Amino acid sequence: MRIDRRTALKGAMAGAATLAAPGFIPAAAQGRRETLLVVSENAPNSTDIHGVGANRPAYEASWNVYDRLMTFGVKKDERGNDHYDYEKLEPELAEEWDLRPMSVTFKLRRNARFHDGTPVTAQDVKWSFDRAVTVGGFPTFQMGAGSLERREQFVVVDDHTFRVDFIRRDKLTMPDLAVPVPVIINSALARRNATEQDPWAMNWLRSNPAGSGAFRMERWVPGQEMVFVRNDQWASGPRPALARVIWRIVPQAGNRRALLERGDADLSFDLPPKDFQELQQSRRLKIVSTPVENALNYLGMNVVRGPFADVRVRRAVALALPYERIMEQAMFGQGTPMFGGPAEPASATWPQPAPFATNLERARALMAEAGQANGFDTTLSFDLGTATVSEPAALAIAENLGRIGIRVTINKIPGANWRNELLKKELPLFLNGFGGWLNFPDYFFYWAYHSQDAIFNTSSYKNPAMDALIDRSRFEEDRAAYEAAIRGFVMLAWQDVPRVPIFQPWLNVAMQNSINGYRYWFHRQLDYRTLSKTA
Amino acid sequence: MLAVMARRMAAALPTLAGVVVVTFLLARALPGDPAAYFAGPAATREAVEQIRAALGLDRPLHEQFLLYLRDLARGDLGVSITTGQPVLHDILARLPASAELTLLGLLFAATVGITLGVLAALKPNGWLDNACRVVATLGVCLPAFFTGLLLIYVFYYLLGWAPAPLGRLDAFSSPPPYVTGFFLVDSLLAGDAETFVSAAQQIALPAIALGIFAVAPIARITRGSMLAVMGSDFIRAARAHGLSRRKVVVAYALRNALLPVVTTLGMVFSFLLGANVLVEKVFAWPGIGSYAVEALLVSDYAPVQGFVMTMGFLYVLLNLAIDLLYRVIDPRVEVAA
Repeated sequence: MRIDRRTALKGAMAGAATLAAPGFIPAAAQGRRETLLVVSENAPNSTDIHGVGANRPAYEASWNVYDRLMTFGVKKDERGNDHYDYEKLEPELAEEWDLRPMSVTFKLRRNARFHDGTPVTAQDVKWSFDRAVTVGGFPTFQMGAGSLERREQFVVVDDHTFRVDFIRRDKLTMPDLAVPVPVIINSALARRNATEQDPWAMNWLRSNPAGSGAFRMERWVPGQEMVFVRNDQWASGPRPALARVIWRIVPQAGNRRALLERGDADLSFDLPPKDFQELQQSRRLKIVSTPVENALNYLGMNVVRGPFADVRVRRAVALALPYERIMEQAMFGQGTPMFGGPAEPASATWPQPAPFATNLERARALMAEAGQANGFDTTLSFDLGTATVSEPAALAIAENLGRIGIRVTINKIPGANWRNELLKKELPLFLNGFGGWLNFPDYFFYWAYHSQDAIFNTSSYKNPAMDALIDRSRFEEDRAAYEAAIRGFVMLAWQDVPRVPIFQPWLNVAMQNSINGYRYWFHRQLDYRTLSKTA
Repeated sequence: MLAVMARRMAAALPTLAGVVVVTFLLARALPGDPAAYFAGPAATREAVEQIRAALGLDRPLHEQFLLYLRDLARGDLGVSITTGQPVLHDILARLPASAELTLLGLLFAATVGITLGVLAALKPNGWLDNACRVVATLGVCLPAFFTGLLLIYVFYYLLGWAPAPLGRLDAFSSPPPYVTGFFLVDSLLAGDAETFVSAAQQIALPAIALGIFAVAPIARITRGSMLAVMGSDFIRAARAHGLSRRKVVVAYALRNALLPVVTTLGMVFSFLLGANVLVEKVFAWPGIGSYAVEALLVSDYAPVQGFVMTMGFLYVLLNLAIDLLYRVIDPRVEVAA
């Protein structure tokens, strides 16, 4: 047994050190004050956000190691926490820009340098944007969402001037240049490591970041840890307070909580809702909960085949869900209810509470009206990876649907297979969530309700009236007409109910009380640049 | 001896070939679709097909198998999509972590198990024997991950004696220069006492959690085997000749009782390598078990195949090592090819 007296003493000393008066701070504690230890469940699999299969944690690595031309400003949310401001674009690598109707010209910072000391030029920007629209997959898709589709759109004017030509007027173009995808890569360095088969250096950049960002990757042990150090030459913003960030992978949620409660780890996302509820009550840690913008968790139905093709059955389902019970027993209150709202849209925002509330009488009447008085059998599917929340929710839903005659078998699908099943669009009934990076209702509806039938339109819902409203709002420049279109499609979504809204998820983060400067981002990853620690 | 080893290795080749075929087929029989997974949440059908082609998954199965064999012959186990690294590199980096943990767990289990077994056999049905029975039963009943969570809860969370369950080293130490990949050995070789202490503190709880599970079979087999030997004629003769009790028990009885124990140790070792998976998860231990499980969850074929191959190879080597150990313990045993 190696838990001997010395270990115990060491622990006691560490405890004493945290209690020590400011006059007595051991050297180790001083280094510790500039070092942040983050623990998370999943490990990044890349540092290149353009890479095939780059996962969400990889976006975090990319966000902190690379710069983009612009970034978003900051505001306070209703709870008084820092929240990025999607209406305010601020300079990052570009110190200023000139927005014309059909183009935008960026002036790059002259003192900006990549981590290897090479100056950042407009050629680097062009190479990086060309790469994003060429390599296919997620980056190309995300660029396309802002009408950034062709390499000819990106023009080098001189070494420090760069222009983007628009192919159409699109309100999403400018914000799309500040999302995590259009990073600026050190093109000279990347080219040196490219091969004939791999002209965009996809293989090399996966584990060798070549950015100009506020942090530099010092060490990466895949699946275990990533260590970042501050880039003291960073030119694109104020010097970060943290000198070092250690990001460790701790797969067990219980252990992450224990590490936080014992004060060994500084910050963690992804704990089960129940843990967040308990931590909030105990008040020993700082908990920040932010409703995820433009996101919605819902019960989806296949509107093409089977009993749910009948809108009356779908409305019956919407009236049969045990909303309150899901919020209490599955979410532990960690979400914003999206039910029990007024009959008509209260505003031109999204998400907003739908008019549904549990009413089994009316649900049964609707079932009878649809000729389904005797009910039917179906399966309710969910992603096993979300089981902590989805399983109790599915059980509660199955129980209530049983009361209106819908006999439900629960079908848990392993994470590896979930996307594949969604792509096939054959699941009759399923729990899922969707959120858009860019905070516009029409953006959400374009992916989730439009008959272009993207993967996110999981119900295969098609309605020409809906398409017309979405298309109109996407490029509408008159505020009143735009808002009318939004109210129109929200109302239609409630009438046709291809999906029953349940709640807006929250992004929860738990941290030590000594951590300041946490900022919510739409990409839901941690920005190290604004964080600081007090002793 | 060398000839025996060579013949044994040659005899293992068909086994390994079987392992290759079975893992290849099993990986493809899994219900996931790696292309859909890695195409990302925003993928269209075309994007998924693109990825499928890039991964070579659109070719017929026999063609995929031939390609796989060709790569294997070159020592190329493929690239893991989950970590983004070559599988061979991942496994070589992670195997020492698993091996160090398993060996230490086994050492703990063997020390405790053999001691308990011998003591229990010396006074059958005494209080120690009964205590041994209780410990053994409890150890077997509690799954290793549960013991692990319990140990963390008590020794880390409640008492604060053990360090944070953060893997092989605490967050502020860096790994010793690579020699064997075993941090305990490497840090000693580098003369770095601080890292050694950190590594030892980190490995203590997971090794114990793993070891507790294996104490039971070792203790029970030792006890049974010791009882049989202690009752045999040559022990009576030794006693009659007035040899010290210590000499009788340790030099004569234990050595003769050890053969079945070694067999059990071999079995327990292979078994611990498997039980590792859960303990690694609980303690954030970067071993090959957790690596394989993570790959399995996303249908990442290459690491799963690499893992099963490595394990197959290890088992063959382990069996050989145990056979050779028999000869050392009991020269009467012939090692057949």
